[in-house]
Amino acid sequence: MMLEVRELCAFYGENQALYGLDFALDEGNIVTLLGANGAGKTTTLRALCGMVRLSGEIRFDGKSLLGRATEDIVRLGIAHVPEGRGTFVRVTVEENLQLGAMVRRDRIDISRDIEQVYTHFPRLKERRAQTAGTLSGGEQQMLAVGRALMLRPRLMLLDEPSFGLAPLIVEELFEILRRLNRELGVAMLIVEQNAALALDLADHAYLLETGHIVMAGPAREIGKDEAVRRSYLGY
Amino acid sequence: MTSQSRETIALASEPPRARAIARPSLRQILIALAVLVAVVVPFVLKSFFIFQLTLVMVYGLAILGLNLLTGFNGQFSLGHSAFYGIGAYTAAILMEQLDIAYYWTLPCAGAVCFLVGFLFGFPALRLQGLYLALATFALATAMPQILKFHPLEPWTGGVQGIVILKPDPPSGVPLNADQWLYFFTLAVLLVMFAGAANLATSRTGRAIMAIRDHPIAAATMGINTALYKTLTFGVSALYTGVAGALGAIAIQFVAPDSFTFLLSVSLLVGLVVGGVGSIPGSLFGGVFVLFVPNIAERVSTGLAGAIYGVILLLVIYVMPSGAAGFVRFAATRLKSKGKLR
Amino acid sequence: MELLLQQVLAGLATGAIYASMALAVVMIYQAIDHLNFAQGEMAMFSTFLAWQMLQWGWPYWAAFVGAVVLSFVGGVAIERILFKPIQNAPILSQLAAFIALYGILNSSAGWIWDFNIKTFPSPFGSAPLFGERLVSTHQAGMIGVTLLMLALLYFFFRGSRLGLAMRAAATNPESARLVGIRVGWMIALGWGMSAAVGAVAGMLIAPVVFLEPNMMLGVLLYGFAGAVLGGLSSPGGAVAGGFAVGVIENLAGTFIPYVGRELKLTIALVLIVAVLMFKPSGVFGRTVVSRV
Repeated sequence: MMLEVRELCAFYGENQALYGLDFALDEGNIVTLLGANGAGKTTTLRALCGMVRLSGEIRFDGKSLLGRATEDIVRLGIAHVPEGRGTFVRVTVEENLQLGAMVRRDRIDISRDIEQVYTHFPRLKERRAQTAGTLSGGEQQMLAVGRALMLRPRLMLLDEPSFGLAPLIVEELFEILRRLNRELGVAMLIVEQNAALALDLADHAYLLETGHIVMAGPAREIGKDEAVRRSYLGY
Repeated sequence: MTSQSRETIALASEPPRARAIARPSLRQILIALAVLVAVVVPFVLKSFFIFQLTLVMVYGLAILGLNLLTGFNGQFSLGHSAFYGIGAYTAAILMEQLDIAYYWTLPCAGAVCFLVGFLFGFPALRLQGLYLALATFALATAMPQILKFHPLEPWTGGVQGIVILKPDPPSGVPLNADQWLYFFTLAVLLVMFAGAANLATSRTGRAIMAIRDHPIAAATMGINTALYKTLTFGVSALYTGVAGALGAIAIQFVAPDSFTFLLSVSLLVGLVVGGVGSIPGSLFGGVFVLFVPNIAERVSTGLAGAIYGVILLLVIYVMPSGAAGFVRFAATRLKSKGKLR
Repeated sequence: MELLLQQVLAGLATGAIYASMALAVVMIYQAIDHLNFAQGEMAMFSTFLAWQMLQWGWPYWAAFVGAVVLSFVGGVAIERILFKPIQNAPILSQLAAFIALYGILNSSAGWIWDFNIKTFPSPFGSAPLFGERLVSTHQAGMIGVTLLMLALLYFFFRGSRLGLAMRAAATNPESARLVGIRVGWMIALGWGMSAAVGAVAGMLIAPVVFLEPNMMLGVLLYGFAGAVLGGLSSPGGAVAGGFAVGVIENLAGTFIPYVGRELKLTIALVLIVAVLMFKPSGVFGRTVVSRV
């Protein structure tokens, strides 16, 4: 298991948001964390990156992530595409990608990787010298994923990648994610409200409700579950 | 009728208000205590200390003015020394040149400052943050220059300023001049602080704070942000102007160099130390502004500025959200400890 | 006409002072997203350090470099020790901390070196430039050094990885952490660089205004005004603003009657505010359009 999480509790000040989560992620797999607003999905990803007060056990490649600063967790090979994309809006598209590789020192490979990102996302290549803030929502999302790729991550955390995007763009994006997972072997933990797409992409799924995991299993089976279908898939 | 039913009827007919009055909140008790202490104090202390307490109230009021603009409405001002100065000079000119009684100078100072503040609020609408800071800073540096301006000298007294006679207590009142001024200031303070507290909890107050927190959302909810922002500027200037008038009367002297940018900085420091957005905090700020420079001077004349800086830094470390923030923090801690038990 | 030209050039020369100060102000603003009001005092203190080294017999350029290096280290130290503990405090509290720092530096300098005016040498001499009486060599030197610093900083921020990292850390610290940037150290670095730029500014200004603990207040205010005029998001704009303020101040002083030293500042500020009415983010500033 690449990522193992046990008894994860997270707190915002005095308020508890997560109540003892247990989940795991295998090398090269895609896992999705489903749930409604306020269920604690974003909090989970932030906890993995050391951005909230937490307790419990988090092991990445056997190493504990507890107590590590976000910058150090990133250096272990975890790339987080945050809620709202976190684009550096005042610099160019290309500079955003360069920032993604900030912890790396291999300059030639970085340039090569930037070109690779452009082959995955041709629309970004057209806009490489543009200020990132002028891009559309969908393009910024692609830029965010591209920036995460520049880290050459072992694990990518994606927080609601479909948020605010037109359906066609979302399909395109998820297709690219599938391809990246297959070609590069990057494991992904995707937090989503759009259950249908997420279950279609993922290998395993967990269902989160107000800070508790209420269901876990292979994505296909979760997708067939009656209650899930009614509440999250709409049929 | 049984005795039980008679009891029930008696209980039912007991006016509900009686029960509400029986248990005042902790806050009300504290305020009552504070007022009680404030009333007793001038009979126990020496004249000079009464004078200093009067000044504490004056600065507290001035800081409250700044608080209304910066703390409640989020508009940053480095120019409140100008409003304070306008209020002070209004009082001085009315009293010495026009022979008007001291108590009329307060509403006049308030009105003049409200007007100036309101007018200044219009161009301020276009400026945000540091750009507004610069504009208010321009106002602060302009004020001493205007006061020293040659053609205005017959009114302003030029560089030498104006000396004011201390008002006597009304005949029949057994207080000396210092005590009378103290109570006069205290009365004005209570009225104006109550007014501010009232404003803060009113719909207008909530609109003002909404503009501070999220101006775009406030506008979409139908709040006339332009009107509220300029009004707040006016009211804020009014408060600081009245404080200036009271200060002039207390110190008995106004001169252009008393109302420089440095005064604005002091008011700002007082605002931070007391707690931005806290009405009672403004008074604590007044205490800091009056006493700490004196303390620093006494510790070491040569390093007075450094001592002041160190004290200020310590206060910020210990109470980053000011005295009010600290009290809130302590209160929450005590409450949660109570709950666990 | 010659008077006008002379005053404009003199204005540019004093403007160079304000421009270099404005540059230091904007640099730290870009690094930490608010102004350092103690900037002038830090520059003043650095200049005193240089002066002290000169008193100990060091050659000019050794003292110059020494002061710049010490200022850099000092700037980093002040940030790490004084401001890191309150980095999450409300902005106004941090502002009060700057005010406290101002008091500490000003008072300490006066206590260590007293308030008497001292002279500070110029590496450029003060002969008239090219034999003409329009501009002296020192003034030309000031303008040159300021422009050189601007160019160096521009290339640093636009062209280097570290510069990019610093820009990212300042504008979006959370995202910066997510790409592994050590945001805390970027801020400290910004302070160090700003202190170094301030030291250079101070050492250029001291020969003109003479060295004493209160020498920088007026300069900082003009520098601040110039930075705001130019637009706080633009280092080039800040420098241009600084030069503009120098020219405005000088012309106002020469051509408007009854204008003493203090009134000059007021007039300059009023003019700047007038400009801000038309361009609320400064002449070269960019209004950042943010999505609601």
